[in-house]
Amino acid sequence: MVTVAERALQENLELFTRMHREAHEGETKRIAIVASKGTLDMVYPPLILASTASAMGMEAGIFFTFYGLNVINKKKNKHLQVSPIANPAAPMPVPNILGAIPGMTAMATGMLKRMMRKQNMPSTGELVSVCQQSGVKLIACSTTMGVMGVKQEDLIDGVDIAGAASFLEFASKAQITLFV
Amino acid sequence: MTTRDLTPDLVVDASKTLCPTPVLRAKSGMDKLQKGQVMKLVATDPGSKADIPSFARMGGHELLSTEQAGQTFVYWLRKGGK
Repeated sequence: MVTVAERALQENLELFTRMHREAHEGETKRIAIVASKGTLDMVYPPLILASTASAMGMEAGIFFTFYGLNVINKKKNKHLQVSPIANPAAPMPVPNILGAIPGMTAMATGMLKRMMRKQNMPSTGELVSVCQQSGVKLIACSTTMGVMGVKQEDLIDGVDIAGAASFLEFASKAQITLFV
Repeated sequence: MTTRDLTPDLVVDASKTLCPTPVLRAKSGMDKLQKGQVMKLVATDPGSKADIPSFARMGGHELLSTEQAGQTFVYWLRKGGK
């Protein structure tokens, strides 16, 4: 048995839902991502999501902090690696003690890169270019730059340098926020 | 209308690639078209079956049809949006 009050509540709820939907229809959607990791496996997700978001007409921004800054560092972005240490999910899992042997990280990196190339995956550098061409906001964390001694000229062209407040302002208008 | 009556204004091949490439190529293709023109997109990524409809909905494009032959997917998209 539905009471009058319940029905009124239901109708109000539907009205409010519709008003909310209509008010936000056609609004440009936004995604804000913090990229804090510099290993190959952790660099792909933010780049894939941001470039895809942009391709779908969304605004996207990535805030590169800590090791994530390597992605936009000209000296380091071609040498991103993946480590077999403490990574039992690696394609060829090896005991940590063997993973610590010199050359194992290079081997794991080489293996992952070959697997990706076989599937025609774009490199991280190519994805960064796609992001830049499609207007993804790339923001370098000024604190990380200071702590790690990274200069503006070490970074690829076209990135903004900013701190937490600026990212938070951007993210406060985003429907999707991710920390990677 | 069936896709048999359609001639694509652009054919984009994204076969033998994985996410995000099919969507990124779809976007590059759309950039070359005028509103109302039709793109035929070929992909082999099984994820594209979900991703291309999302791309169409978010971008305001019309997904006219999806065809599957074995592991190959063919998407017909009419450019919409702003």
